[in-house]
Amino acid sequence: MSDQATLEVRNLQTHFFTKAGVVKAVNDVSFSVGKGKILGLVGESGSGKTVTGFSILGLVDEPGRVVGGEILYRGENLVGASQERMRQLRGNNVAMIFQDPMMTLNPVLRIDTQMIEAIKAHHKVTDDEARQRARDALGQVGIPSPDERLKSYPHQFSGGMRQRVAIAIALLNKPDLIVADEPTTALDVTIQGQILYEVQKLCAETGTAMIWITHDLSVVAGLADEVAVMYAGRVVEAGKVDDVLDAPMHPYTAGLIGSVPSRNARGKRLHQIPGMTPSLLNLPEGCAFAARCNYATAACEQPPALENAAGARQIRCHHPLVAEAV
Amino acid sequence: MTAVHDDTNVGGAGAAKPIAEGETPFRRFLNDYAESKVAVGGAVGVAIVLLIALFGPWISPTDPYDLASVTFMDNRLHPGGTMGSGVTAMLGTDGLGRDMVSAMIYGLRISLGVGIGSGIIALLIGVSFGLCAAYFGGKVDTVIMRVVDIQLSFPAILIALVLLATLGKGIDKIIVALVLVQWAYYARTVRGSALVERRREYIEAATCLGLSKPRVIFGHMLPNCLPPLIVVATMQVAHAILLEATLSFLGLGLPVTEPSLGLLIANGFEYMMSGEYWISVYPGLALLFTIVTINVVGDRLRDVLNPRLQK
Amino acid sequence: MTVFVIRRLLQAALVMIIMSLLVFGGVFLVGDPVEMLVADDADQAERQAIIKSMGLDLPFYMQYLRFIGNALQGDMGNSFVFQEPAMELILERMPATFELAIAALLIAVVIGIPLGIYAGLKADSWMSKTIMTASILGFSVPTFWVGIMMILFFAVILGWLPSTGRGDTVELFGIPVSFLTLDGLQHLILPAVNLALFKLSMVIRLARAGTREVVHQDYIKFARAKGLSTGRIIGVHLFKNIMIPVVTVLGLEFGGLIAFSVVTETVFAWPGMGKLLIDSIGFLDRPVIVAYLLFVVGLFVFINLVVDVLYSVLDPRVRLQEVKS
Repeated sequence: MSDQATLEVRNLQTHFFTKAGVVKAVNDVSFSVGKGKILGLVGESGSGKTVTGFSILGLVDEPGRVVGGEILYRGENLVGASQERMRQLRGNNVAMIFQDPMMTLNPVLRIDTQMIEAIKAHHKVTDDEARQRARDALGQVGIPSPDERLKSYPHQFSGGMRQRVAIAIALLNKPDLIVADEPTTALDVTIQGQILYEVQKLCAETGTAMIWITHDLSVVAGLADEVAVMYAGRVVEAGKVDDVLDAPMHPYTAGLIGSVPSRNARGKRLHQIPGMTPSLLNLPEGCAFAARCNYATAACEQPPALENAAGARQIRCHHPLVAEAV
Repeated sequence: MTAVHDDTNVGGAGAAKPIAEGETPFRRFLNDYAESKVAVGGAVGVAIVLLIALFGPWISPTDPYDLASVTFMDNRLHPGGTMGSGVTAMLGTDGLGRDMVSAMIYGLRISLGVGIGSGIIALLIGVSFGLCAAYFGGKVDTVIMRVVDIQLSFPAILIALVLLATLGKGIDKIIVALVLVQWAYYARTVRGSALVERRREYIEAATCLGLSKPRVIFGHMLPNCLPPLIVVATMQVAHAILLEATLSFLGLGLPVTEPSLGLLIANGFEYMMSGEYWISVYPGLALLFTIVTINVVGDRLRDVLNPRLQK
Repeated sequence: MTVFVIRRLLQAALVMIIMSLLVFGGVFLVGDPVEMLVADDADQAERQAIIKSMGLDLPFYMQYLRFIGNALQGDMGNSFVFQEPAMELILERMPATFELAIAALLIAVVIGIPLGIYAGLKADSWMSKTIMTASILGFSVPTFWVGIMMILFFAVILGWLPSTGRGDTVELFGIPVSFLTLDGLQHLILPAVNLALFKLSMVIRLARAGTREVVHQDYIKFARAKGLSTGRIIGVHLFKNIMIPVVTVLGLEFGGLIAFSVVTETVFAWPGMGKLLIDSIGFLDRPVIVAYLLFVVGLFVFINLVVDVLYSVLDPRVRLQEVKS
């Protein structure tokens, strides 16, 4: 880590203060992502990965609040930054792509309106220039006849096309960082493949750093450079994609990988992780995964720390697995 | 009225059961309802209005329709003035020398009577049509709902104006007008929830048991459609009272011999310019209080009874 | 789109036929127009002559067709009281009523939408709760009584504003209007506010409900993620979405305002169509009653039609569905 990372998150804590109690959606999350790199942020639903994404953009809504940690964008701490500073960064330096393409575009505004306003929110340009850039961006994500498409309404696009438009909007101001929250989950597999390929190409070409939030390990395997696995609001394991997926050290990661149907396992029962994710309202004192873990011992009643392991890996476990465990 | 009565019935049933049994649906409903202090206040207000109307003849200081005791000598006394009979007119007297408090109590009886009476008739008609539309479907449904849609596309006051302008004055005519205005709301509400219920298994079960159609419709389907109906009924009663007052004010509703609150206000209007405010102001406040409390209760019932909003 | 408009037109025609039957049936069959028209001392021959001239000896359907035929030519008969064509009387009073209704609508929208959006965005604030309580009150208060109270305070006690009539008018495109003269504007304020109260409550509620629904949509969050200013998010993204239901309902409610202006016009002696109706009912001036009812019903059907079409223009999704079907 000689260069400054595009984004570094340190000990991020985002809690929701509900009537029922404090929901610790993100509870000590750290990772970093460098220029042109793609970080896969993996976890089950409810593990806090989406909230992490929103925290980075300062889009956590009441009753949620970032209560601790640092979010360093090129060295600038975004936790506690002013509303106006966050607005300047959003869409310009840091962009986000949402999960459901059917819901992210405003149904009553034309595509050109929604694209041009995104440019003009950050740059003093004429409408014509903005329109030109919007057209280019649509072309960049592979939308045919962009001129015509600019005048359309979102409902005139298919889901895959809409997600391309959303990606084009994210690319408009050439951001340094894109947070993509499961952008391909709602799409057909073939479309998913095309989009993944294009995103990978774009990151490599433009040097944009990307955080790809997903629950799908196979996507991460093909796309990301590094991966961080989240469980119950914490990063439990992080490292280079190949290292982590080939030789998971955390029992939870191993369980996740084990539950992916693969060609080798045909005919065999799929592995599954017993039990359910714990309620974020009252997390156990110690390791949150202990109740579901085959390796748990009395030691697991103490919270494990995120420790560095060999090969630029980090692991939060009292009983890390050795390489041949899977 | 239906809603208010249900409300109190619910209270009775809930209280009669031993608390040890835990949460009955009634008790939960009561607890939910009572979470809003304003709504509890509204329910108390409605209860007070109903009690005053029920026991009006016994608590009224004078009988405003007893021509022997009402004298023109007492006309337009200021609030607190003493009438010839020695009774203090707390809120003054009107242009004919009637004690305002008494006139308002009797007026309230008429207003509530017309509002609730027309509400019940409209409820019966509307529910019957709505259930038929939902149960039989097809042509029956299309015809009934088309009529409902067309009627609901006109404002209530316009329909009432058309009817009363052609029918003339009278308590029977205003009830007819109010029923015709309201039935469509009930029909639409009941049909909506009955359509949902019709697809449920218990209706199929009841049909398979060979129960008669009316029995399935009224015995099984209707009770499950009640919650939204209670809400609509509450709101509609307030609406009917308001509409009756408005029509009476316009001189289209009740005859002068049966002065509702609306007519009392209208009578006071002519004295307004000379500063004799009380003849219009106090009946208006009574009307306002009645409608506001009913609407507050209805609003709360909607929140509590709507399963979509339950957390 | 054309199919859609034609279908709505047919439906509108059907409603008109039904309503005209109702009004005709009610007014001409329940009452006895001969009694109204014939002098008390008329002899039998005179009576017969009048019955003949009015076509009252014809069978019901012939009478109705004749009535409709005349009505389509704008001939609704002469007012018994004014001895003028009823339709002309109505059209004469129409500008006053429209001016009042439009003023009320503007008040409701201009005040109601910002309040509703505010109440939707800050649902738990003290201000929002006050706004919402006030809007329940707005639904509950009897319009005519509030009008009386307004007269009591602003005209009788404070003496600030006039309480009756239209005041000075000037001609705008040949139509007399009040709002362009100071005196006329003063006369307009109280009735317009009075008429607006109910709609104001409704606009507040609609805007609030719409805001609360829209504000949690992904596209609002996405708009924020684009770095748009709060002003643009609320003013464009949120506003455009909540305006769909508001415009629809308000369009439909404009007819309601016309109908309800009967009450306000009576309270404030505003010389519009509504006051004419109430006066005519008092005088049993049947041609005017019929003309008013048919006119307002027709207006209503027309408004519903326009709103339906407008709605499909406003919401691109509806437009598409209609094209497909």
